[in-house]
Amino acid sequence: MGSVPGSEIGGLETAGVSYLGDGVRTAVKLLVTGHFAVGKTTFVGTLSEIEPLRTEEPMTEASVLVDDLTGVPGKQTTTVAMDFGRLTLSRSLVLYLFGAPGQQRFTPLWRDMALGALGALVLADTRRLEHSFPVMDLLEEHGLPYAVAVNRFDGAPEFAEEELREALDLLPSTPLVSCDARDPASATRALISLVEYLIGTEARLEHV
Amino acid sequence: MSPRREQGLVRPYVVTNGRSEPSRNTFDLVTLVSGVPDRPLQGLTPEQRRLVALVSRGSLSLAEVAAHLRLPVSVTKVLLGDLVDSGHVLTRAAIPRAQLPASQLLQEVLDGLRARL
Ligand SMILES: Nc1nc2c(ncn2[C@@H]2O[C@H](COP(=O)(O)OP(=O)(O)OP(=O)(O)O)[C@@H](O)[C@H]2O)c(=O)[nH]1
Ligand SMILES: [Mg+2]
Repeated sequence: MGSVPGSEIGGLETAGVSYLGDGVRTAVKLLVTGHFAVGKTTFVGTLSEIEPLRTEEPMTEASVLVDDLTGVPGKQTTTVAMDFGRLTLSRSLVLYLFGAPGQQRFTPLWRDMALGALGALVLADTRRLEHSFPVMDLLEEHGLPYAVAVNRFDGAPEFAEEELREALDLLPSTPLVSCDARDPASATRALISLVEYLIGTEARLEHV
Repeated sequence: MSPRREQGLVRPYVVTNGRSEPSRNTFDLVTLVSGVPDRPLQGLTPEQRRLVALVSRGSLSLAEVAAHLRLPVSVTKVLLGDLVDSGHVLTRAAIPRAQLPASQLLQEVLDGLRARL
């Protein structure tokens, strides 16, 4: 594990790359999603053991049309970006966190992120709670279980949990936590709430 | 019913250079990729060589390969499919079949996260 300095063969490609540990056999992924500027990149960066990475995917014209970007005249292609990070959880297990933009619903990249994901953490901002609706709808369409974490922005209004649940129209079983995406312990606790919920969901399913 | 259980395999549909084909190999963003040592590189395109060089030192997920090579995920999947066929790289399904049940996997994720606090 760790960074390998570049050398003769493939030096250009391998310089500064942090490889997985030799024992890693299993990789799981969780999505960190939410509306524009809600803290997705911050959250992933806070927890990642590697410098967060980014990929961009050109979006087809068809996706652009169904994707509500038609207000941009003459715009034929655009790109969707996702950023992601990595946490090695044990000798054999690694967790990837994908920061998934909530607005680009019909793109192949979203399909790639959602397929096989264990679940999602939806970041929400109390200054614009209703902006979280399309994101939660999207997760429900993909059949992905999720928990909601309210990111505490400075000066943002504070609500009681019941008010938040009602405003976000959450099911009673959906976990709702608050977190600071800049703080590793706080971000970790938000993920723990999500995974505890996933375990509970799984247990219920196995008993049906 | 768990949607995750139904999802199973990814069926990527890729488009490159006007060539559009469903890949025979099914890759996930977190499919693990590693190089096969000492394979001759003749006949490989520059991009295929870059991919082989990148994973010659250790394993990475497909998403990391795409990001380090600055290529879209869709293009990386095509490169990877060809290199698996030619025996230059190995891929490992993100979650090995023997790893089920999911509850055990989730418990391992939970333990790993709790250990970080
Ligand atoms: N106070 C506070 N600020 C935060 C928190 N999380 C993020 N921010 C700030 O909010 C701004 C936006 O955060 P990003 O992480 O870029 O948000 P994003 O969701 O990735 O944004 P897009 O990718 O543009 O949609 C940055 O200036 C962050 O520093 C938080 O938990 N608390
Ligand atoms: Mg971002």
